[in-house]
Amino acid sequence: MAPLKPWDELEPGGIVVPSEAAIPHTSGWRTGVKPAVDGAKCVNCLLCWLYCPDSAILLDGTTFAGFDYDHCKGCEICDEVCPVDAIEMVAEETVLPERGVR
Amino acid sequence: MTAELLTGGEAIAHGMRQGQPDVVPVYPITPQTPIIQVFSKFVSDGRSHAELVDVESEHSAMSAAIGAALAGARTMTATSSQGLALMAEVVYIAASMRAPIAMAIGNRALSGPINIHCDHSDSMLIRDSGIVQLFAENAQEAYDLMVMAPRIAEHPDVLLPVAVCLDGFTITHAAEPVELLPDDVVATFVGEYHVPHPMLEVSSPTTRGPFAMPDYYYYELRHAQGVALRNALDVFIDVAAEFEALSGRRYEPVQSYRLDGAERVLIALGSTAGTIKDAVDELRDEGEAVGLLRITPFRPLPMDEIRAALAGAQRVIVLDRADSPGGVAPLGAEIAATLYGSECELERHVYGLGGRDLGVADVRAIFAGGTPDHFGVREHSWPA
Amino acid sequence: MSQLTEIRWHARAGQGAKTAAQTLALALLAEGKSVQAFPEYGPERRGAPLRAFTRISDTPIRRHDGVTEPGLVVVLEPSLVHETDVTEGLLSGGAVLINADERPAELAAGDVHCIPADRIAADHNLAFANIAMLGAVAAWLGAPSLEHLQDAAVRTLGAKASNADVRAAVAEGYAWPR
Repeated sequence: MAPLKPWDELEPGGIVVPSEAAIPHTSGWRTGVKPAVDGAKCVNCLLCWLYCPDSAILLDGTTFAGFDYDHCKGCEICDEVCPVDAIEMVAEETVLPERGVR
Repeated sequence: MTAELLTGGEAIAHGMRQGQPDVVPVYPITPQTPIIQVFSKFVSDGRSHAELVDVESEHSAMSAAIGAALAGARTMTATSSQGLALMAEVVYIAASMRAPIAMAIGNRALSGPINIHCDHSDSMLIRDSGIVQLFAENAQEAYDLMVMAPRIAEHPDVLLPVAVCLDGFTITHAAEPVELLPDDVVATFVGEYHVPHPMLEVSSPTTRGPFAMPDYYYYELRHAQGVALRNALDVFIDVAAEFEALSGRRYEPVQSYRLDGAERVLIALGSTAGTIKDAVDELRDEGEAVGLLRITPFRPLPMDEIRAALAGAQRVIVLDRADSPGGVAPLGAEIAATLYGSECELERHVYGLGGRDLGVADVRAIFAGGTPDHFGVREHSWPA
Repeated sequence: MSQLTEIRWHARAGQGAKTAAQTLALALLAEGKSVQAFPEYGPERRGAPLRAFTRISDTPIRRHDGVTEPGLVVVLEPSLVHETDVTEGLLSGGAVLINADERPAELAAGDVHCIPADRIAADHNLAFANIAMLGAVAAWLGAPSLEHLQDAAVRTLGAKASNADVRAAVAEGYAWPR
C-alpha cells in the first residue's frame, strides 16, 4: 500500500485539484493499442473530447490537437464516437507523429 | 428592540431572509410549509435576492443545495419528516462533500401511521449523517439559531450542513413574541461566504465527490469530517458569543436551569424544555430539589458540558422524543454513554411521539417517579 | 389579569378562530403582555370542528404544552355545542362567551354570555363572527384596550375587509352589555 497523506492534509471533502489529478499516469493501462487520427478526415466536432473519460484529448484553443498518451488508457471510446472515422486504434508499437496526428 | 408576534415558521423565514442566501432549493411539506411560504413571499416582494429553486422533491432540493454551496453560493433549505427521510441520502453526501448549507427542520413524526405532528424521529434519522443539529426551544431561539447557522456552516474549520430543529406545530405554527435584529446588523454578522475552491472556477477545475477506496482515503476523509463536526462545537460557542454581543441573548451548548443543588434533573431537547421549566419552578417553590438540562446542539453532542452540568445530580431522567424500536432511544443512549461510570441513577422515558402532549402535570409526575398513563415507556438504565 | 390566562376558541375550520387567537395576542403584546397563540391542527377541512388557543401572562410564557384548563372559552360557531362539550376542563370561575342570541340548552349551567356576533358581523359587511367576538373577549378580560384591539384587527384583517367595518364590529362586540 502506497504511503498515504494524513487526514489533516487532505482537501475538505476529498476535492482533487488538477496538480494531483495529473500525477498518476494511466498509459500503462493500454492493452496493445492506442488511438491515432487522420488529420485530413477530422472535422473538429470534438465528440472525442466530450466522451473521453480521462480528459486525454488535447485541444489547441477549440481545435482538436491530438492525444495525451500519458493518460490515455486505450479504451477506444474516441474511436467509437468519431462520426467520420478519423480515429482508429493502432498497435502500440506504431511510430506516430507527436500527439498521434497523421 | 420591540418584539413582533411571529410563528416559529415566520421567524425562521426572517432569519433566512436576513442571512442573505443566494440559492434556496426547497420542496414544501407540513409543518415546514409556512417557512417556505413566507420566504418565497420575501423573494417575490424583492426582499431577498435568493434564487428560489422549485425542485420536484427533497432529494433534489438537497442535491441542488450541494451544487450551489460548492459553487460559492450561500445556500439554505428547509424540510420536515418524510421530506427529510427522502433527503437523507443526500444529507450524507452534503456532509461528506463538506457543503455548508443552513437549513431548518420542522420536526414531525415519521410515518406510519401517517401523522403530521411533532416528534424528533426525523432529525434522529439523520443523526449520523454528519450534519450539525441545533434544537430550538421557542420561536425566538429558532430565529436566533437560524441567524447563526450560516456562520457555523461556512466556518473554515467546519464546512458542513447545519440544521436548526424546531418542533413542528408547537413552534412552527405557534405565534409568540420574537425580537428581530435589524437587517443590516444581521448582514454584517453573517458576512460574505467564501468557498475554499469555487467549483465553477474553470481555470482550476476540480474533481468533487471522488471515489474512495478501502485503503485510499475513505477512512481519512470520514475522520476529517468527524473532526470538522466536533469543531462545530467551539465555533458554535464563538459565534454565540458574538451573537450575544449583538442581541443580549445567550446561547450555550447546554442550558442549565436551576441545577444548583438539584438532585433530580430532567434532560430534554426542544420546546418541551419550556414546559419543564414551569414544572421545575412549581416544584422548587414546594421545596423539591429539581432542575433541567437542555441540550441545544445534539450534533455535535457537548459531552464534556453535559458531564460537568450533571456532576451533582443523583438521578438523571432523559426525555426522548424519538424511539429506537428494539434498542435504546437516541438521547437516552447518548446520555448513558456520556455518563458511563457515573454514580447517578439514570432513567429514560420516550414521550410525545406523534405530537402526544406532555403537560406540566406530566412533568411533575415524572419527577415524582411515576409515568403519566397516557404516554411512553419508563426504563431504568442503571441500576437495573 | 392573573399571572396566566388561557383561552380556548371553538369554531369550524375557516371561521377565523386561528386569526382571532392571534389578533388578541397581537393586541396584548402591544400592551407589554407575554402571549402565545396557536391552533390545533388535525386532518381538518373547511367546516370541521377546530380549536385554537391564546395564552396571556405578565411574565414570559415558556410552556409549550396544550391548553387543557382554560379560564375562558369562546365559541364562534353555536352549532358546535351540539357535538362538543365546549366547557371541558373549564376552570371554576371561568366563563363561556358564545356567538348566539339565546343561551343554548347544552350550556344551561355556568357563567355563559351570549353575544349576537353573527348579527354584528352582518351589520358591518363581515363574513365571520370572530371580529365582534374579539371585542367581547377583550371586554370580559379587561384587556386589551379597544383601540389596541382595533389596531390589531385591522392589521390581521385589513386586506379582507374595510377598516371602518372592522373597527366598528370590534367596538360593538366590546360594548356588548354584560
